[in-house]
Amino acid sequence: MRFWIGALLLAIAAGALAVSGVNEYFFFAAYVVITYIVLATAWNILGGYAGYVNFGTPAFFGSGAYAAVVLFQALGAPLVVQIAAGTAMGAALGFGVGVMTLRLRGIFFAIATVAVVFIMETLMINWRYVGGATGLQLQRPEVMAPFATYARMLFFVMTVMAIAAVGIARYIQTSWVGRGLRAVRDSEEAAEANGVPTLKLKLIACVVSGGLMGAAGAPMPMYLSFIEPASTFSLNYAIGALAAPMIGGTIHWLGPVIGAIVLASLQQIVTVTISGEMNVLVVGVLLVLFVVLAPDGILGLFKRWLKSSSR
Amino acid sequence: MTILGLPSELWFEAVMFGILLGCFYAAVSIGLSVSFGLLDVPNVAHPAVMIVGSYCTWALWDRGLDPIVAGVLLMPLFFVVGVLLYRFYHASFEKRGTEAGVRGLAFFFGVAFIIEVGLILIFGVDQRSVQAEYIGSSLELGEYRFPYRMLVAFGVALVLTFALTLYLSKTFTGRAIKAVAQDEAALRLMGANPVRIKQWAFGIATGVSALAGAMLIIVGPVEPAMDRVYIGRTFCVVVLAGLGSMTGTLAAGLILGIAESIVLMHPDLGASWAPAVAFSLLLIVLSVRPQGLFGR
Repeated sequence: MRFWIGALLLAIAAGALAVSGVNEYFFFAAYVVITYIVLATAWNILGGYAGYVNFGTPAFFGSGAYAAVVLFQALGAPLVVQIAAGTAMGAALGFGVGVMTLRLRGIFFAIATVAVVFIMETLMINWRYVGGATGLQLQRPEVMAPFATYARMLFFVMTVMAIAAVGIARYIQTSWVGRGLRAVRDSEEAAEANGVPTLKLKLIACVVSGGLMGAAGAPMPMYLSFIEPASTFSLNYAIGALAAPMIGGTIHWLGPVIGAIVLASLQQIVTVTISGEMNVLVVGVLLVLFVVLAPDGILGLFKRWLKSSSR
Repeated sequence: MTILGLPSELWFEAVMFGILLGCFYAAVSIGLSVSFGLLDVPNVAHPAVMIVGSYCTWALWDRGLDPIVAGVLLMPLFFVVGVLLYRFYHASFEKRGTEAGVRGLAFFFGVAFIIEVGLILIFGVDQRSVQAEYIGSSLELGEYRFPYRMLVAFGVALVLTFALTLYLSKTFTGRAIKAVAQDEAALRLMGANPVRIKQWAFGIATGVSALAGAMLIIVGPVEPAMDRVYIGRTFCVVVLAGLGSMTGTLAAGLILGIAESIVLMHPDLGASWAPAVAFSLLLIVLSVRPQGLFGR
């Protein structure tokens, strides 16, 4: 209950911020950070709870974005419908990849997800309707009241989406699904032998995770008013979505949120002050450092600090 | 006459070029076949290390060395790097046991990105290529032309495959490497140290990727972000081969090379579809026959 009251307050605060006089650039940058919160939370449902590493975030994210573009081009669908389509597309892709590879060891699932990224990218490069390799310029529709600009509206929409994503992750973590996934992560054989429906649980996690990533991708074309395969399917999304939970901590739903806020904010700062290449380097270095030195992420460090100070 | 939409006179050419390309793919994958196939280390940074080999080759060529000689000279250096990398991986992940899978994968993925950006910061995003007498000219047999650079890769691939097959089956250390892949606990009971054998094998795998990197820059221009598409090609070959089979790696390389070359020459498909070939093949193998074509 406390969680949902907090969530409601956060949504109201985001709405108030979006109609206030805050500088436009804030919304532009915050949109990216919030996108990473959704991606990291989605990644963690499968990667953190079940221990199956997904390198294919851009495939789910990008298929959501392209689903939105197709509906927008064909029917002029509103943003809500675009997001619904993106979610459905991501979930369907998650189901397909899951059925094909979740029976295998985690490494094969990881490699298969990289494959899906490149296959999706190649399909979009060769699909004229969505602009092929050169991409497509999009005309944004009129912005809805009470928001003054489109970026402000997207900021609010993304905040609501992030709250929903975290709510779903939190529900999964505390429900029987989460308990089953933890059993899968600790020992798949033992879980299976004790009657845990491992494949079904992994598929649920993969579909939910893929759907959320698709949802996160859907507003992206409207945000950029442009879509193009190379950047939409960039593996930079893959490392970002993977690094944030690893840095924040994978066991609790709060981990990916903390990780995404720290990492994406840092990336925004580095991109502006140094360069775009450096921001990928920062992610890589932080990921390796945390994985080696602090396997339980910031949350783990915090817990250890609490323990040592209480003694 | 056309078969599957490809004119029949092009089929011969596509298959011939595919064989050359396939041997090249086998050469770039054989290191991974040892490190991932035999040692079970999820080395997604393998293609990135190979690209480092390409850039080192370029740097030595720039100082007047032949690219093949440069690749061979780099092998001992890369061997040492591989040994150190494995020791670090072992101490950080394998030793700790639980959840090594997730963190190990994330580790190598992070390393691949660090390498990629490191190369961009040092060399820039531009393509680099080398020049030699055998690059740019072709062997002409009748109406068919075989570029020498592909023939060089072809030869090196064959030598590497046979050398590694012989090494793994005939020498004492080679057999120990195979033993560690089959049953590490049993090897430990025999009084051997599996970690030392694995670090030696990982060193060989990394050393071989220096030469593979030299092949890569001989066959075509190289850029830092190229490791991404080679993740697909190398893992496709290794999985298709059945983990750890050296001759299987050569055969799987040929299958991929021929498939890609047919797509390249196909009038309705062409170069824009080629990158998807390896990845589609990989997905099909994983869902239909995950133990690979030549696996146990």
